Amino acid sequence: MTTTVTTSVTAPTGRPRPAGVPRERRRATLLRWCFVAPAALYMLAFFGYPLVRNILMSFQHYSPRTYFTGEAPFNGLDNWRGVFDNPLFAQSLWHTLVFTFGSLLGQFVLGLALAVFFSRRFRLSGFVRAVLLLPWLVPMVVSAVVWRKLLDQETGVLNTLLMDLHLTSSAIPWLSSPNVALFAAILVNVWIGIPFNMVILYGGLQEIPRDLYEAAALDGAGAWRTFRSLTLPLLRPVVTVVLILGFMSTVKILDLILALTGGGPADSTQTLGTLTYQLSFQQLDFGQGAVVGNVLVLVSAVFAVLYLRANRSDFGQGK
Amino acid sequence: MPTRALPVPGTPRRAGSTVAALAVLVVLLFPLYWMLNIALQPGESLAATRWLPTTAGWDNFQRALSSQGGSLATSLVVALGAVVVCLALAAPAAYALAQFGLRSGRAIVFATLITQMVPGIVIANALYSAYVELGLVNSTLGLILADASLGLPFSIVLLRAFMVSIPREVVEAALVDGANRFTAFVRIVLPMSRNALITAGLFTFLFAWSDFMFALTLNTTDDVKPITLSMYEYIGAHVSDWGAVMATAVVSAVPAAILLVLAQKYVAAGITGGSVK
Repeated sequence: MTTTVTTSVTAPTGRPRPAGVPRERRRATLLRWCFVAPAALYMLAFFGYPLVRNILMSFQHYSPRTYFTGEAPFNGLDNWRGVFDNPLFAQSLWHTLVFTFGSLLGQFVLGLALAVFFSRRFRLSGFVRAVLLLPWLVPMVVSAVVWRKLLDQETGVLNTLLMDLHLTSSAIPWLSSPNVALFAAILVNVWIGIPFNMVILYGGLQEIPRDLYEAAALDGAGAWRTFRSLTLPLLRPVVTVVLILGFMSTVKILDLILALTGGGPADSTQTLGTLTYQLSFQQLDFGQGAVVGNVLVLVSAVFAVLYLRANRSDFGQGK
Repeated sequence: MPTRALPVPGTPRRAGSTVAALAVLVVLLFPLYWMLNIALQPGESLAATRWLPTTAGWDNFQRALSSQGGSLATSLVVALGAVVVCLALAAPAAYALAQFGLRSGRAIVFATLITQMVPGIVIANALYSAYVELGLVNSTLGLILADASLGLPFSIVLLRAFMVSIPREVVEAALVDGANRFTAFVRIVLPMSRNALITAGLFTFLFAWSDFMFALTLNTTDDVKPITLSMYEYIGAHVSDWGAVMATAVVSAVPAAILLVLAQKYVAAGITGGSVK
């Protein structure tokens, strides 16, 4: 591979390409499309179509009968009214926001701390950093199942530990109390998300030129001062990316919550994702499920717009 | 750069940092250790689990494999199928975007973002109806096609980033020798992109192997039941046998561990490349 590359770079790179006859050029365009078309069609079918179809579905009446008769008549705003009148919707929206921002806060702060820590050079640093990725790579359902056991009120090791260390006098009902379950779900999701934050932020830290740190040290800046006035501002573009991507992947989480709590106890961990699942696939009301799904897309879209704007100012003109 | 791996005189050893790093490792990996610990302790009762699997045994794994073997095979077939579909779609597209001089950078960022934005449950909601009409519900093919979507945007971004660096002249030389664009792509571009293809393939495998949403929503019978779905039903049905549940969890986590060992240096690059570029 290397030999091919080295021999070929001797050719001038900016050489103007021969302007072929129109017929040939049309063939070339056609060929380009042959390369792109399969992926483009697939993306339309598996990302574009569901988006459009969900909007349509939110105005249609689906019932368990629909899949025998094939009929889903349009019913105006009935689904939307039904969802907005359902107290569970507001609750789910609230849980979703708490879950998302709680998770992001924990993941980001711990991920950043670890990224800064691993930026120091020491033995085994690379190895430990690699192995720490494991929680992020393990299937989310598997993590949820493992944590279900760890957080079990009677037999879970977390309560055993806390009680042995006298940090709590009685076993905490992590997953069985409506007051604690959402916090427990956030805890597990922070654990899952730390590696992702750490890796991207670590990558960002490596991009910061070392001599800037040397200059800061010469100027007598302490560690905290250097971090606040040098590292953080220069890391800002990467921070934006991490937070917005983190938001978009966290707001839609379903696997973790279904396998950890199933939305319970007493709907205390019900989110927009689990509510969509429940309405569509358990009550077979795909119309109302589509409404909640659309709200979820909308929430994500708002943040995608924020991302694009942030992206433009960070990587755009002159910077 | 080359001095980095060598112990340069003057570089502090920082034993304290290494100890702290190992402490972090112990804390963060404890849940996975505990999974393995329970899986290895035979006849794990509801009472105390020992801190170390001093009397390790494989009976949990035997029970897990005898009841979950079929699901593991299903997951394997589905994940491999998704890799094939995904790479077959992504490689040519990435090549076209990288080499044909299409002004595509921004469009790709935008398209990838859209795909990140669409929640899986929204896709499933619409896909289920379409699958019913197409007869793809409860089929391996249907699940493979859906799971390929999990790795496609990532693979295109990753492969394009790599293929941009292939000098155009290499391909043009082959064209002069009489090969057509397609032959040149298969004979020259693909072999040169081997590492990027492996990375994209490994990630797609892992995404498809980890998929739970499509498995849950696009299957209504027991015909096609990947391991994630099977575990989900398993913990609903008989949570008393934690030993077997954890043994299944260990087996389901094996691909992640293999990915880390095989492609350690690509994994970090993959996460960063797929999300920041």
